[in-house]
Amino acid sequence: MPPMTLRMPEPVFAALGLAVLLLVMATVGASVSKTFRPLRDAEVRLRIRMWWYIVGGFLMALVLDRRFSVVALGLVSFVAFKEFLTLAPTRRADSKVLLWAYLAIPIQYFWAGSGLYGMFSLFIPVYVFLLLPMRMALIGETHGFLRAIGVIHWGLMTTVFCVSHLAFMLALPDLPQLKNTGVSLLFYLVILTQINDTTHYMANRRFGKHRILAKVRPGLSVEGLIAGTVLTTLVAMALAPLFTPFNWLQAIVAGAMIGLFGFFGFVATAAVERDLGVRESGHFLPGHGGLLERLDSLMFTAPLFFHLVYDQFYR
Amino acid sequence: MNKLLRILFVLLVAKPIIVFWLGLNVRHRERLPTRGPAIIAGNHNSHLDTVALLSLFPLEEVPNVRPVAAADYFMKPGFMRWFSLNIVGIIPVARGGIAEGVDPLEECYRALERGEILLIFPEGSRGEPERMAELKSGISYIAKRFPIVPVIPVFMRGLGKSMGKGTFIPIPFFVDVFVGRPFSWTGEKNSFMDRLRDAFAHLQKKAPAQPLE
Repeated sequence: MPPMTLRMPEPVFAALGLAVLLLVMATVGASVSKTFRPLRDAEVRLRIRMWWYIVGGFLMALVLDRRFSVVALGLVSFVAFKEFLTLAPTRRADSKVLLWAYLAIPIQYFWAGSGLYGMFSLFIPVYVFLLLPMRMALIGETHGFLRAIGVIHWGLMTTVFCVSHLAFMLALPDLPQLKNTGVSLLFYLVILTQINDTTHYMANRRFGKHRILAKVRPGLSVEGLIAGTVLTTLVAMALAPLFTPFNWLQAIVAGAMIGLFGFFGFVATAAVERDLGVRESGHFLPGHGGLLERLDSLMFTAPLFFHLVYDQFYR
Repeated sequence: MNKLLRILFVLLVAKPIIVFWLGLNVRHRERLPTRGPAIIAGNHNSHLDTVALLSLFPLEEVPNVRPVAAADYFMKPGFMRWFSLNIVGIIPVARGGIAEGVDPLEECYRALERGEILLIFPEGSRGEPERMAELKSGISYIAKRFPIVPVIPVFMRGLGKSMGKGTFIPIPFFVDVFVGRPFSWTGEKNSFMDRLRDAFAHLQKKAPAQPLE
């Protein structure tokens, strides 16, 4: 009898296949079921659609070409930066500076997609950082200068520089021990960050007793923080052999880091929203889905996770 | 006026700029008329106001949508005049009321009789970005002559921030559009203008303020 030629699919393919299956079920379920809460239904459909986009982005990178996914992530940065600038105060005099800031997005994603590590990590924090105040000074309006440049820098760093680490991850060369390294690592990061967010949310509601940071965002608790970080670390260890080249220690560090700094990303975004006088929960841009709120924890976890991987495996 | 060029303009220029580059968020789009005659009254902050309103209509309806625009600004000979008339499809109106016995709104009446949709900015000019100016009463003469034609107030926020007076490249910002309830001629000029003013004030209150220094 010839030997069985049953090949296990790569974990990331299997996981995405499973995700597609779940999404098909969810989509069918959502279109069939009719509750008497139309708002909740709309929210569920919005969530399902968001997951279709995310899974679609991963499949594009795996099946077609990672460059498509790099462009898609660039568009995510574009919309997030636009959302931020819509909410934050800008000066009328700075219209040219804002266009320069927008121009940084395609350039940053070009470095990311080409895997040019040097320019990728210097471009926004050094060159754009210096160029924008220079352009702004040339306009000659000094009133509110520091505040205006601070707003633009914060927006670019969080929504463009930090988010672009997701794209650079896709451009990482494959490691011998892990096929499709970039896509697998990205999948691992996104899943863990989502698990962390969800665990926080549920644990805060279920067991939240010792409230923290009520001024920033009501409903946060020590219990939520601990539950989120612990569960994320455990899942990180369980999934590490499938999607990463990590040993158990690296997996613990990655999990704890994603748990903790995902929380801080969430808190920092909430603090910014509060400062801007935006209502604290969802729908601050009805119909746009509030992309900033979807990205808040990833903005912090993406660069930290990326550098953990880069230091351990690519130096 | 070239129908095909107007449709292509909306499809290839207006919609990409408004929907992709800026990002539009329309509340109560279903209140917009799908056929004329009708009068859309919008607040005015930017040249993009017209572009945004045009992009709200289905493509086949676009040739029937006629922005009412100041003759002294848009009818200066040259490219602007050709573009305004043939691509944007404006109805030029002389500002400053009746002169030499000719009613400057004559073309507007003809358009409504043909079943077209008028876009009117009752503030008259773009003015200070993101701030509403006093309404001019020209619109009331049109409504009076067509008392059963619906008037639909539309409040837009963010377009002045994106491309206010004096700038020509739109900066990407999300834009909110609030469509109000249709109403028609109230029987008297002052009460009609009050009605319109109230409608704008009501929509403005619903629109989240966008900070601008």
